[in-house]
Amino acid sequence: MIHLRLKSSKTGKIRFASHRDIAKVWERTLRVSSIPLVYSQGFSPRPKIAYGLALPTGAESDCEYIDIQIDNSKETPLQVEEICGLLNSNLPPGIEINGASVMEGKFPSLQQTVTSCLWDITVNEDDTTVDSWLDRIESENEIVLRRERKGKEVIDDIKPLVYLVRRKNKKIDGRITVQAELGTQPRSLRPSELLRSLEPHLSEYKLYRRKQIVEEGGQRLDPLEVAGATQMRSLVGAL
Amino acid sequence: MASIWHDIEPLLLNVEKPARYIGLERGIVRPPHNPKNVAWLLTYPDAYEVGFPNQGLQILYEIINELLVGEAERAYAPWVDLEEEMRAKNIPLFSVDTHRPADEFDVLAFNLSSELVYTNVLNCIDLSGIPLRSADRGADDPLVGAGGHCTYNPEPLADFIDFFVLGDGEEVVSELTYAIHQWKNSEEGNLDRERILRNLSQIEGVYVPLLYNPVENENGFQMLEPLFDDTPALIEKRTITSLEDWPYPKNQLVPITEVVHDRLNVEVFRGCTRGCRFCQAGMITRPVRERSLDQVRTMVTTGLRKTGYDQVALTSLSTADYSHIEKAVAAVGDNPLSCGQTGVSLPSLRVDAFTVDIAATIQGGKRSGLTFAPEAGTWRMRQVINKLITEEDLYGAVESAFSQGWRRVKLYFLIGLPTETDEDTLGIADLARNCVQIGKKYNKQASVTVSVGGFVPKPFTPFQWFGQNTSEELQRKINLLKDATSRIRGVQLKWHDPKATLIEGVLSRGDRALSALVEEVWKSGGTFQEWSEHFDLDRWLLSMEKLGLSVEKYVYRHREKSEPLPWDHLDAGLYKDFLWQEWRDALEEVGLEDCRWTPCYDCGACTGYGLDHVVASTSPPVGGSQGTWQDLTKGSEAPQLLTIRKKSEKV
Repeated sequence: MIHLRLKSSKTGKIRFASHRDIAKVWERTLRVSSIPLVYSQGFSPRPKIAYGLALPTGAESDCEYIDIQIDNSKETPLQVEEICGLLNSNLPPGIEINGASVMEGKFPSLQQTVTSCLWDITVNEDDTTVDSWLDRIESENEIVLRRERKGKEVIDDIKPLVYLVRRKNKKIDGRITVQAELGTQPRSLRPSELLRSLEPHLSEYKLYRRKQIVEEGGQRLDPLEVAGATQMRSLVGAL
Repeated sequence: MASIWHDIEPLLLNVEKPARYIGLERGIVRPPHNPKNVAWLLTYPDAYEVGFPNQGLQILYEIINELLVGEAERAYAPWVDLEEEMRAKNIPLFSVDTHRPADEFDVLAFNLSSELVYTNVLNCIDLSGIPLRSADRGADDPLVGAGGHCTYNPEPLADFIDFFVLGDGEEVVSELTYAIHQWKNSEEGNLDRERILRNLSQIEGVYVPLLYNPVENENGFQMLEPLFDDTPALIEKRTITSLEDWPYPKNQLVPITEVVHDRLNVEVFRGCTRGCRFCQAGMITRPVRERSLDQVRTMVTTGLRKTGYDQVALTSLSTADYSHIEKAVAAVGDNPLSCGQTGVSLPSLRVDAFTVDIAATIQGGKRSGLTFAPEAGTWRMRQVINKLITEEDLYGAVESAFSQGWRRVKLYFLIGLPTETDEDTLGIADLARNCVQIGKKYNKQASVTVSVGGFVPKPFTPFQWFGQNTSEELQRKINLLKDATSRIRGVQLKWHDPKATLIEGVLSRGDRALSALVEEVWKSGGTFQEWSEHFDLDRWLLSMEKLGLSVEKYVYRHREKSEPLPWDHLDAGLYKDFLWQEWRDALEEVGLEDCRWTPCYDCGACTGYGLDHVVASTSPPVGGSQGTWQDLTKGSEAPQLLTIRKKSEKV
């Protein structure tokens, strides 16, 4: 049995598929590619696949992660490069594996291990408005987010989860992009929630997840680089 | 030709389930867009999640794309939220495959599987920027075609559709493509629309409404007169002689997002010989044509490998009747993929213990629910409709289900059937009570869900002359059942809205005058009428009143034998005399045996088409009466494979 952590993109038309849709796409792609999977024990065995933090429907990304257990007990086990090549040829356009690590021993799940995400948030607003938000985020002691949970209104201060916000120089389609690093522990702060806490009716024009970050022992790591992970360097460039 | 994806993309940020519009499905074809080719936009006039699994559409998609001169893409009715955005931004209906606008195609072809989608057909034509009525279209406009079961009464859409196709589409779609290709690339150019319509009308199975003039007979009934010498007076349905020649879909599409019936579908046979008198599908798809076990196995194995599905449906009108059902089911179980977790579903279970045993072998650990369709509550009523299931068959099936671990059984019934009395209606409650009692022997939580739908008489069935129950009468019968079942613990009653049944009835047997009704309702905003949240009876009734159309005339009255029917110019392969005799027999409560095991009674389906008659087996399979009511002493073999010779001289 090998435990693989794959990193992939989600760009173009496929961005409109939901997190749940993509999970099904992975399962079917693994079967089409005849990758031998490890199944759970019990009455109705399920393949052992764990998905990372959900990406909002409509957002693009360079850094989606998935943990898969592969049964390589066959006489001629598949090499990681082969597996990634097979999967890439069977994944829908827009989803492409761009990195992989072999995981050893026990390690925390993607949901537990990732501490923040770096986003490009493109908005349909003018320069002065955007600058005034950035000032508010900088200067105010707390940023209040109101949301419904189980029928009750919950009020949170999200400021501790805003690690970084700054304007990017380059405009996309003439629109301003704000780069934001938002915390994911104990719960993920979504970019849409940050915008909503600034202006109730504000939503993003385009959203792009650039990085998922693991803070581990004072280091900022890619989930492919955490303890116990051996990154398949040969894959970089080959894929 | 240009993709309009960049115009569509921003709209998708503001709509529900945007993945319905992106394409990208496994198995998709992106055609070369060769301007000389004939490009079809195969359109399902309902939401993506409903239309996507349609096998007819996927079969044609593959066949056309395999042709040298053909290209096919798909479109679905955009949901109301996207439609609003599209209209605001002037964006036309588009293909999901390459996001090409509809008016760049040569043919806009619709699948018609329910009457309530008719207003959506008009909406899709209009969204394409094509003139709504055939008569108003010019040579540059795409041809608008339609196929599917509802084409057996095409008249309510006759003003909007350039050509209808009757019957199996596998062969005729190529003939249409070549005819259009020749016309499109001819010297004179494609300026002459009448020319191509007349050419198409020469193809067997193709009905071009514009070439017929509606006239009224002395009693005020509409009849159609062919306009030209070469316009056929009678249009016969197309029938492929062997499914074996058409192992489609070879690359079944796999959606990215959630759809209904999300699984590999393998059609094991087409047609049905049971002869249920209410069932249009069983009548118009005759004769039975089975696929060989070998081909079923191959289609299952390669289908699973190519799609990545872990669920297979063996499809047909009555899959337990397939000669090799047990072996076919075993073939799925043996599949090495997905850890032996591949599930099988039989979409139409026969009502007997044998069928339940098959279901028990395939569903593995899952025992969620089983569905049976006894259709009527008393034996008398079941003889009338020729659904010859005995109570013993039903109780045997139910006993078998509950004893093997199922906790919930669903029973389908029709109400408003010919000669139905309150005793028949209440018989439904009696059956449900007895079934739940059987269940309680095995499980305290045993439950029976009773689902009732109002009966809509359909063309080319023995009940085509029957006056449909009024919606008030159907509601009264539902209330009777509500009262009768409310005190039975473990029985839940569900019902189909009788108001929708009424409108299905209007459209199901209407003449060409109803084209105006469909247009009026569409204009008033009545789309997605098969969705209960959008259906609006008043919209229909007000429009009928405005146009002077009588519900009584179209729905409630019984027809006379002498009366011309709006589909008399079409031929579904069944002799009208046979249907009439069946209607008389129904009223006499006389059942008709399944012709698999009894001599031919000459309905016309085989003989009329010059096909060799299906071979009757003297040795029916094990399993009691098999829902045939006949005393089939326990045989040991499956019925003989139904074989058909190539089409020969017509009788």
